[in-house]
Amino acid sequence: MNELVTLVSAAFLVIGSFFALVASIGLLRLPDVYTRMHAASKAGTMGSCLMLIALAIHATDVGTMSRALAGVVFFLLTAPVSSHLLAKAAYAVGYRLHASAVMDDMKPKDEA
Amino acid sequence: MISVASIFDHAVTLALAILSLSFLVTIYRIVKGPTLPDRILGLDMLVAIAIGFIAVIGIKTGYTLYVDVAIALGLVGFLATVAFARFVLSRGKTEDDILSEAREAASAARRQAKAAAKARPGSAAGGMDPGPVAGKTSGRQDNE
Repeated sequence: MNELVTLVSAAFLVIGSFFALVASIGLLRLPDVYTRMHAASKAGTMGSCLMLIALAIHATDVGTMSRALAGVVFFLLTAPVSSHLLAKAAYAVGYRLHASAVMDDMKPKDEA
Repeated sequence: MISVASIFDHAVTLALAILSLSFLVTIYRIVKGPTLPDRILGLDMLVAIAIGFIAVIGIKTGYTLYVDVAIALGLVGFLATVAFARFVLSRGKTEDDILSEAREAASAARRQAKAAAKARPGSAAGGMDPGPVAGKTSGRQDNE
């Protein structure tokens, strides 16, 4: 049982760090700030949450486990809020979508 | 038969290596990032990776106080991103706007200097006049 817990937590660690790597590669390769936001706020949050879950699984006492899970819930709540705010601010100020973007639902109707 | 402990040690090392790689890639984006929102996004991602680092180190050392550090870092990262988003909104200009404004100001100053030189072809005034204007335009370009 104890060995199984250790193996599961090791697997979560590696998978979580892999998600973080995928997110940063997306940050590097995607063309504009709105598409990069997909990588950073979804895969990045997933990565750090998986690693905190690994810590929660590995922890022996209930206090550490519940604090790690509270951290996971906190990140899951705040990551969409912050990246939505950033995207909305960037769009309102006038940062353009990349030329390869196929549609822009927020474009004003009279300009379309 | 490989022992569970050695598998776990290797997993921790592998996770640390992958996290370091993604840290470097994100820093490249922050340095290169053409616009301010790209850099803010990179900082957000950096905070997420740092939380991952803290989790791995917490597991590796068994020092569970690191969980509180991770939660506090997440709070600080969230507040920083929100504040930066407000700053982008209140600045109200993109990098392209700032560049074209500076170019317009520079060309206007050049035109003004040319007109002044034409109006007063006297050697002292003509020699003095473009000096401060040229200094002003170069100062504006430094601000970009």
